[in-house]
Amino acid sequence: MFVLSGYEYFLGFLILCSLVPVLALGASAVVRPRRRGLERRTTYESGMEPFGGAWIQFNIRYYMFALVFVIFDVETVFLYPWAVAFNQLGVLAFVEAVVFIAILVVGLVYAWRKGALEWS
Amino acid sequence: MSKSRHLLSGTDKMNSGINLQGSFIDFFQGLGLPYGTVKLLWLPLPMLLLLLGATVGVLVVVWLERKISAAAQQRIGPEYAGPLGVLQPVADGLKLLVKEDIIPANSDPVLFTLGPMIVVIPVFLSYLIVPFGQNLVLTNIGTGVFLWIALSSVAPIGLLMSGYSSNNKYSLLGGLRAAAQSLSYEVPLALAVLAVVMMSNSLSTIDIIEQQSGYGIFGWNIWRQPVGFLIFWIAALAECERLPFDLPEAEEELVAGYQTEYAGMKFALFYLGSYVNLVLSALLVAVLYLGGWDFPIPIDPILQLLGIDSNVPWVQLITASLGITMTLLKAYFLVFLAILIRWTVPRVRIDQLLDLGWKFLLPIALVNLLLTAGLKLAFPVAFGG
Repeated sequence: MFVLSGYEYFLGFLILCSLVPVLALGASAVVRPRRRGLERRTTYESGMEPFGGAWIQFNIRYYMFALVFVIFDVETVFLYPWAVAFNQLGVLAFVEAVVFIAILVVGLVYAWRKGALEWS
Repeated sequence: MSKSRHLLSGTDKMNSGINLQGSFIDFFQGLGLPYGTVKLLWLPLPMLLLLLGATVGVLVVVWLERKISAAAQQRIGPEYAGPLGVLQPVADGLKLLVKEDIIPANSDPVLFTLGPMIVVIPVFLSYLIVPFGQNLVLTNIGTGVFLWIALSSVAPIGLLMSGYSSNNKYSLLGGLRAAAQSLSYEVPLALAVLAVVMMSNSLSTIDIIEQQSGYGIFGWNIWRQPVGFLIFWIAALAECERLPFDLPEAEEELVAGYQTEYAGMKFALFYLGSYVNLVLSALLVAVLYLGGWDFPIPIDPILQLLGIDSNVPWVQLITASLGITMTLLKAYFLVFLAILIRWTVPRVRIDQLLDLGWKFLLPIALVNLLLTAGLKLAFPVAFGG
């Protein structure tokens, strides 16, 4: 039925886990009280009248960190097969990985020097 | 322990040496049902058991957290609901169940509802790869820990979603901080796991524990990966948004971060998700660095010394229950440690948080990985061949 054995459990468990929040919210919808009124649906701003929305431009810093993250996350994904098969690959693979990581460290040093990792 | 494998067939192993699945299938086939139907009937049973166990585990952790926090602050803590207040988490849950659901008028109602669901589902799903014994794992798939790393990067999307959809300034900042924090600590976490994977030549959690077993407490990965252990533990605390890394929901600055606008069951889902995640991280630390179900004293030599065959069903039952107990003891010790850290260390600032992740943990994790590779080349026997 499935090409990858063991993954039918993944599918089954995914369905069951998705049911957890659905059932929780469903059960709550049956028993919880329903009251109307616009007052209770105003945005919370520590008791003040809400001032403007929150769907505005936000700090570019978050985006910079996301960019650096993509580079290093992809690097990690590339390193996983290398680590699993390392016992069969030997010294050459070690040297290759050192070169690969060295190139990325140069990237990290560049981002560091350019201030991409500074918050303020 | 390795001998017991021959007794069990197939990849479906939710049993403790005694073949529960086999007898279940035999019984229903005896009633005249076809094999495929019976298999399908069996499939959800271990999963439901695991989900139930995970939920009960959360209730225990919530109670422990409240009691230990109280002890740390010289209070008594919950004491009225049940003996020593053990039913307090149940009471909390019931209270949240009957609370009104408030969706802010300015929010995006669809994303607002989807947010907590997306946070909870992958956390529960990660229990798929947590082993409680030799054969006590839902499925021993080849991708193992990698699946967990992939699943753990789904939750930030839900946090960002709920933070943005609330249309509240506190929520937005909390959601952004949560995403930035998860991203920053994902990389050192994955690199620390990588070093362990390299030593066991496999991503499967079962193989990772088997590689550590045989020498009792001295075989555990924590001795060969002390730096990796520290990196993993710090990154795991950050991923769970525990103090000292709870900036996304820092109450003094952001009220409750991305949870500010949430009430009732949706808030409960966030709460549940964060505690399930804490237990899961503790379990994975136990699996990766503390030998999982492995007993601190090697059991097989003792059994041989006493002349007991380890394939006998009752011996297998005892070793299996001992394995579950060991896994839970290790995990709950780590949870205890996390709770103590909460009341010991002050919260870091966001620039300190990001500096720690990118300028300290990441370079150290890379060095640790290369060091492990070099040591593995130099001493292949000690580092998993």
